[in-house]
Amino acid sequence: MEQVGQRKIDGMWLTVVGIAVLFFLILPTLIVIPISFGGATFLEFPPRSFSLRWYESYFTSSEWMSATKISLIAAVLTAAIATPLGSLCAYGLHCSAPRIRSTAQILVIMPLVVPVILIAVGVFSLYAKLGLNYTLAGIVIAHTALALPFVIVTVMSGLQSYDFDQELAARSLGASRAYALWTVTVPQVKFSIQTGAFLAFVTSLDEVVISMLVSGGDNATITRRMFNSMRDHLDPTIAAISTCLIVVSVAALIGVQLIGRSKNVDN
Amino acid sequence: MSIAESNGAAQTLQNASTLKSEERRESLTFFGLSLPAVLVVLIVVFLPVFWLSSLSFYNAAGELSMENYARIFESPLYRRTFVVTFQISISVTVICVLLGYPLCYWLTRMLDRTAAILMIFVLVPFWTSILVRTYAWLVLLQRKGIINSTLMKIGAIDEPLQLAHNLTGSIIGMVHVMLPFLILPLYATMRGIDTDLVRAAVGLGSSPRGAFWRVYFPMSLPGLFAGIVLVFILSLGFFVTPALLGGGRVQMLAQRIESTITVYSNWGAASALGVVLLLLALAMIWLMNRVFGLDKLFMR
Repeated sequence: MEQVGQRKIDGMWLTVVGIAVLFFLILPTLIVIPISFGGATFLEFPPRSFSLRWYESYFTSSEWMSATKISLIAAVLTAAIATPLGSLCAYGLHCSAPRIRSTAQILVIMPLVVPVILIAVGVFSLYAKLGLNYTLAGIVIAHTALALPFVIVTVMSGLQSYDFDQELAARSLGASRAYALWTVTVPQVKFSIQTGAFLAFVTSLDEVVISMLVSGGDNATITRRMFNSMRDHLDPTIAAISTCLIVVSVAALIGVQLIGRSKNVDN
Repeated sequence: MSIAESNGAAQTLQNASTLKSEERRESLTFFGLSLPAVLVVLIVVFLPVFWLSSLSFYNAAGELSMENYARIFESPLYRRTFVVTFQISISVTVICVLLGYPLCYWLTRMLDRTAAILMIFVLVPFWTSILVRTYAWLVLLQRKGIINSTLMKIGAIDEPLQLAHNLTGSIIGMVHVMLPFLILPLYATMRGIDTDLVRAAVGLGSSPRGAFWRVYFPMSLPGLFAGIVLVFILSLGFFVTPALLGGGRVQMLAQRIESTITVYSNWGAASALGVVLLLLALAMIWLMNRVFGLDKLFMR
């Protein structure tokens, strides 16, 4: 009897902590949304009136708009480069000898392991020699390296659950290696590739530390401008931009899910 | 007969060696497919980091020396940086465990569908930009922010607490960023634990608490350990949140490296700090590989 009571108290205690931690995680993430619709001329939380003034201040500022454009272009290019390179790499590693595979795996996940400040400082000095600082190409190359591990890990785990005999069957029926890869294997791991592309896009869009050193001038990314603005003061325009960033990420995620689902239904 | 037999054996041997060389060639071709990605990583990550590391072994006059290392370990300024970095990283890791473990355990006792829905509360912050979340904490923790005003309204405090622009703010903000990194591997491990074992222990006369600590907890350790290492490594080299929520008063390793270069242009000292940070991170990863297996990342 005493034990049952004890177990109930344990259970209640667990529920309270669990709910509290979930709120701790989600509330600060979403609070930028109400702040961005505040009507006062200064930052107010909770807001007492509603307005779109902070969105207006965001969308009418040429500086914020150009930074947004740069970030979106960089993110799209990063995804466009990292996805094919990473997918090919995943396929290559999946099929190569175990010894090569395990060495190369450790190598390609290094961008996740090495503290990003070191990559940023190193790339900054390398770019200084190559004249790539403050250029779009420089941002895209660095972001591609950061995004590759995400694409490779996702696509490799997709290949794991794919029955490789299907590709062998296609080849024994006369398909060339490349043709079999493109028409049999790729469609089946499409969802992993799309997820990898999404991760690459978000990695570039949200990246701060490298952008802070390597981007600038006309090619400053939105995260660089946000970081510098937040160092000075709490501008509610940042809340409006943050809300837009959340919307873009969620839209990209839903897009990937929907494309994946409709393609699966077609097949 | 015997000639035919030996012919056959030679044929088999030859076939085997041809097959083997084919296989080797194929394996090389496959590795070739990985080459572009490997090259990008080598050029963008390895080359600059190696070059940076090599700088740390030269003094201002361009001679080989350990001066930079002597300086970063002797100067009180840099020593303070190491102390603060470890202080924050350890606090953040401990708080993440205290918050994350009960949450994961609670989630594993839910129905699968409920747990999947509740996991959205973990995944949405995980996928939200660190800048966005740091901004939110700057708003919440400011002097006239909602936390201070609520505490004052209910009479818990008379004066607003200094929550942002210091160590406290940095730790709160970092816990929020790091918690999902602890939860994800831990929850994955806990879901794989067979709870019948706990029930069996209770059936055999153990108290529920004893069964938890002696049966369940040890089985959850690999995931917990992976989460701890992940949080600790990421905390050691973390830049954004402490730079903003610390308000310039908290200098962790990453900020010290950045300011040593952008403010003082002292590449030697900065690169020595960088090498120490890199070695710490690699040691942690090696430890994690030994205990948990990095291969798990590739779902092998």
